[in-house]
Amino acid sequence: MKSLLLLSGLGLSAMLAELFNLKKFLFPLVCLGLLATIGVSIYDYNTDIHLFNNMLRLDNSALMFTGSMAFITLLWLIGAQDYIEKETSISDKYALILFTLVGAFVMVSYNNLTMLFIGLEILSMSLYVLAGSKKNDLLSNEAAIKYFLMGSFATGFLLFGIALIYGVTGSFHIDVIGEYCRANANNMPNMFLAAILLILVGMAFKASAAPFHFWAPDVYTGAPTLVTTYMVTVVKTAAVVSFMRLFYTSFGSVPYSWQVIVSIIAVLTMFIGNVTAVYQPKVKRLLAYSSVAHAGYLLVGLVALSNLSNGAIFYYTLAYSVASILAFHILFVLADSKNNDIDINAFNGLVKRNPLMAFGMTVAMFSLAGIPPIAGFFGKYYIFSAAIEAGRYKLVLLAVIASLISIYFYFKIVIAVYFKTTNEKTIKLSNSYKLLYAICIAILFAMAIAPQFFITIQQ
Amino acid sequence: MLTAILIALPLIGGLWVVTNGGQQSKKLALGFSLSALILSLVMFFQFQNNAESQFVINVPWVPGLGISFHLAVDGISLLMILLTTVLTPLIIYSSFGHKYNKPHSFYGLILLMEMALIGVFTAMDGFLFYIFWELALIPIYFICLLWGGENRARITFKFFLYTIVGSLFMLVALIYLYTQTPGTHTFDLQALYQAGQALDINAQRAVFWGLFLAFAIKMPVFPLHTWQPDTYVVAPTQGTMLLSAIMLKMGIYGVIRWLLPTVPDGAAAYANIVIILSIIGVVYASLIAWVQKDLKRLIAYSSIAHIGVISAGLFSFSEQGLQGAVYQMLSHGVNVFMLFFIVDMIEQRTKTRILDNLGGVRAVAPKFATFFLLVVMASVALPLTNAFVGEFLLLNGIYQYNPYYSFIATTTIILSSVYMLNAYQKSMLGQINETTEKFEEPQAHEKHILWICAALIIFMGIYPKALLDVAAPAIQQIMSMIK
Repeated sequence: MKSLLLLSGLGLSAMLAELFNLKKFLFPLVCLGLLATIGVSIYDYNTDIHLFNNMLRLDNSALMFTGSMAFITLLWLIGAQDYIEKETSISDKYALILFTLVGAFVMVSYNNLTMLFIGLEILSMSLYVLAGSKKNDLLSNEAAIKYFLMGSFATGFLLFGIALIYGVTGSFHIDVIGEYCRANANNMPNMFLAAILLILVGMAFKASAAPFHFWAPDVYTGAPTLVTTYMVTVVKTAAVVSFMRLFYTSFGSVPYSWQVIVSIIAVLTMFIGNVTAVYQPKVKRLLAYSSVAHAGYLLVGLVALSNLSNGAIFYYTLAYSVASILAFHILFVLADSKNNDIDINAFNGLVKRNPLMAFGMTVAMFSLAGIPPIAGFFGKYYIFSAAIEAGRYKLVLLAVIASLISIYFYFKIVIAVYFKTTNEKTIKLSNSYKLLYAICIAILFAMAIAPQFFITIQQ
Repeated sequence: MLTAILIALPLIGGLWVVTNGGQQSKKLALGFSLSALILSLVMFFQFQNNAESQFVINVPWVPGLGISFHLAVDGISLLMILLTTVLTPLIIYSSFGHKYNKPHSFYGLILLMEMALIGVFTAMDGFLFYIFWELALIPIYFICLLWGGENRARITFKFFLYTIVGSLFMLVALIYLYTQTPGTHTFDLQALYQAGQALDINAQRAVFWGLFLAFAIKMPVFPLHTWQPDTYVVAPTQGTMLLSAIMLKMGIYGVIRWLLPTVPDGAAAYANIVIILSIIGVVYASLIAWVQKDLKRLIAYSSIAHIGVISAGLFSFSEQGLQGAVYQMLSHGVNVFMLFFIVDMIEQRTKTRILDNLGGVRAVAPKFATFFLLVVMASVALPLTNAFVGEFLLLNGIYQYNPYYSFIATTTIILSSVYMLNAYQKSMLGQINETTEKFEEPQAHEKHILWICAALIIFMGIYPKALLDVAAPAIQQIMSMIK
């Protein structure tokens, strides 16, 4: 409740700040607000509050994901500050980002399918605008339209599915639906299965899982780099978590194997994402495909439905988000002086131009590729353990092969950073970037040293 | 406690040298590695000669998943630690004739590598073992990538990919074993042993391949060796030494500690195939070594041949085979280090490694040629040199498994004499030409290293008991598990 009020209030005040010409106070204000949200999430830990007639349920999972998403947003803001302040219409960007976070908050803590829908819409509406926020750029506009059209379709599917489920069970509450499934496990009407399929399509779209991922590379490439960063971190986390919340609570006991479908989706996503990324010369597009692939790993954790799943997905999203923030912000700084869409060659000899950026990129790539002892490895490890515990050996084997493929393109960047030479001059970083890189690197190592802490707070 | 300090020391040293090494990096790194050597000698003398794990450290790391920071030392581990701590200072010392760019990173990475290697040899927890295993890969990858020769990006990447493919399968196998442990699962080595031995034969076979792939790539066993010659040639001399003298032993050690006792039935089911592959590797690599013109590449192939004998001996499931493998790891480490050092000296003096361009060095630098002759004799397993002890035990082990295999494997001694003496003859004997006419005798640090290696070769050849006895109880314990 408190976090919801905090975030919405912040968003509104960001819009008001425009009227009263208080723009320069916005950045500290928003940072404080986000810190307060994190604080509230930690303070409320272990309380399990039910809100609005049990429409929202702030259990530990919801609180911790809220906290982690607010934290990622904070990191994102540290890097985005310079950029936003150069733009004229700064206040609506702060407001839009905050509203996206409100949507994400609702998506990770809903207990009622209507809230899922509302959360998804709050999140998506702000994102459609953000994706098109480079008003004079053709690609950005294309991204916005594409995302909007495809997104509306997907939401339609989701809504249809929700309606069918209501028709069968007579309730929107996911715990009631869960009870219905347990009671009628051997006697599910076909309509219910159709509903699961439709919801699956809607959710797979939002999580950019194959074969519903076609929008992702275009939108990620077209949107301004910072918006893309936000989309592949916070938005993806929210999508996967809402996916998990629904399927874990409601459909866990459905005997028909939706798990098989999700497994197939997961395998497709991992392979399509990683194999296509291998052929991308543009770094932004490469990272876009890699983020598609990461959705696949998350689905592997989801389909395991074991005791470990929740913790594994929490750990994975956090590690993945921090590494992505690091990688995208380095890309952003590197591309800043030039155009939006740089080649891998732009990374040539980065180690001579700026060692901190080079090291940061190496850590980010190692983490995304899952090479120990960096957080990304433990994320993959937990996901794989969860799946093996559930007896899904073939799925894990395929996931391992997929992550081997991914090493190839992550290392292309690392090799360019250290091995190739360049005549470009050195890069000077502002303090906020130095701070951001240092924090991200420190977190990635800290998460690897004490993985237990991040897993247990999810139990 | 000593084990933890032994790991912490190179780690701290490595980080220290990377961050504030500057021009003193060489000496700092040498200092740190020498103190690690002293520590390991203290350990050697405190070691009680029995099968118990000693110097144990066991702290829970991720208690929820049964992962603990569990280090311990038994006879085999102790010898591997000694190999690492003796060779690392020598490797660092051997670089004193070189000037590397960014010395702080170079020497820092070598120390970090030493840390990871000691970790691999002492880890008693499956997960921890995996972490150290991978940690060892990262420094060597950067050493080869940043200071290597021509075409290094492609070749080092191939090496990296090969290794990581193997290790990911190992990870899956380890997680599978972990899920088979009772109760709230654990990665503890003994628990994994029990879980693995209780598996039915089909599951054991699957786990065998998962683990074996990782170890076989590291060793490397034919036909997974294709990364090795290129990587050895392209790596900077110290990188090659690290790879061949120490890192390769990770694979053999892995088989002894993590593969054979874990899935003995699975290993027995495929022992025949592995031995045949290894023996093919012996003959194949020897024949290729014979026709090499580049001395460094020749030694790279000779290393594959020697490792083939070791892996065949390992899978003979006999006590002699295991003892020979452990002993041969040590002797091969010393010999291959000395060989690569000699190649490096030749290359620095004449700017070439091609055998046809050399010749007559013996007339100009007789001392140098004598040292070279000694190590050639050692690597063809002449009695009274260190390799003789190891190869004799290994061939004995293979003979117990199957006399015919042993017959073919013995050709390693003949073939290695052929290519090593051929190389010696082409480079050291014959006519002096303009590349070799100013060949200098070993200088200050070179002399020290050559003397130390020579002493090790002869000592280990004359009195193997000193080291064999240390490992014997641990080997018997492993034998009792795989019989």
